[in-house]
Amino acid sequence: MNIMIDVKDIDSKATVKVKGEIDAYTAPKLRETLFPLSEQQNVHMVVDLSEVSYMDSTGLGVFVGLFKSVRSHNGEFRLVGLSERLRRLFDITGLADIIDINSNAEGGVK
Amino acid sequence: MESRENLEEKYREALSNYLKEQTEQALYQGQKYSRKTIEHKISPEEIISFHKSTLMDTYEDLPDEVLHSLDFLLEVMMGYGIAYREHQNLKHLQQELKSEIEIAANVQHTLLGTHIPKVKDLEIGAISVPARHMNGDYYHFVQDENQCVGVAIADVIGKGIPAALCMSMIKYAMDSLPDHRHFPKSVLESLNRVVERNVDPSMFITMFYGLFDPETHIFSYASAGHEPGFYYDAEKKEFTDLTARGLLLGVEKKTQYEQYEKYVAPGDMIVLMSDGVTECRTSEGFIERNTLIEFIEKNMHLSAQEMVNNIYKQLEKMQHFQLRDDFTLIILKRNV
Repeated sequence: MNIMIDVKDIDSKATVKVKGEIDAYTAPKLRETLFPLSEQQNVHMVVDLSEVSYMDSTGLGVFVGLFKSVRSHNGEFRLVGLSERLRRLFDITGLADIIDINSNAEGGVK
Repeated sequence: MESRENLEEKYREALSNYLKEQTEQALYQGQKYSRKTIEHKISPEEIISFHKSTLMDTYEDLPDEVLHSLDFLLEVMMGYGIAYREHQNLKHLQQELKSEIEIAANVQHTLLGTHIPKVKDLEIGAISVPARHMNGDYYHFVQDENQCVGVAIADVIGKGIPAALCMSMIKYAMDSLPDHRHFPKSVLESLNRVVERNVDPSMFITMFYGLFDPETHIFSYASAGHEPGFYYDAEKKEFTDLTARGLLLGVEKKTQYEQYEKYVAPGDMIVLMSDGVTECRTSEGFIERNTLIEFIEKNMHLSAQEMVNNIYKQLEKMQHFQLRDDFTLIILKRNV
């Protein structure tokens, strides 16, 4: 269970930093931690993945789920700090066309 | 099978020997004995009662306190006896579940079964190996009345039983598509609607769908977020990515897919795979797409089926025979 999730949630602005590996074993923890945050009305959620060393398709599933949940609550969802490998994963799956993965980390905190 | 009396007799023997002479050898008999009693499901409290009756028979003037203390110990061990029996039951249940899953895996195998069609001018090889019992990867061939052959390769995000169940749904959705020619773009668009409606919102499917026309030798294809395959150009002796853009199935209801076309010249190859292939991890890191190309090149002189079999075996060796993800590889090769 090699994952650390650091959450700052102030006035529906949720800034999350994930460290470690996201795979079938750690994904449930990520989902459980982040889902309640995504269900706040008008939430602005930014997830920093710059210290994620590995992510498989299970992790992708978690982020798609989060994205849809945030969107249905009229919020905004962004991923920042993606490595080349992660970027490729979002590109291939077409998710880069619907999820914002291109803004920089600083933009997440106003 | 040894009877209970027999085991009690054995205990008596072993204990008496040890009481006479405290050697390693005699002590070791105790260890050996416990293996036997576990095998015969003798509970801890029963062993204490063996112990007590041996002592009573051996020493006539045993102080009452010793016997009372053994009764007390017996009472304490009852809980352990219950835990032990529970453990036995769980082991039994686990065995049952295991065989049930094996049966389910067989059913899945039959449900998702596909056969490789004979196509004019085209050789087809396919292999799919699940990482666990049930496969979340899927491939399927269909041949229509114009001899066009459709090939689908798909991967459910998620592993194990839920993924496998989801795949069965996809297969049936595909079988019930209208009978006219299966254009890749429209296949993906209708499957996307099915998945979006029916599947848990955190479960998604990647799929590549291609259609080969043996008359025109045109391969048309579309991808829903699937790991890109390779195209081998025999004239240039060159591999390129078979890239196609498109969103995963089941994310957005109204997703439109783009359809691409390629003329397949004699000797050209189309290589399709699941991300289990590129997500293979070796002790040095991931298997790079280039490594995979090297493997393909090394096996190019073989038939399409032998190629996929060999590549799988070689990759498996690199991973020290530990598959982390379902693995599927398909090669279509136009005959020279």
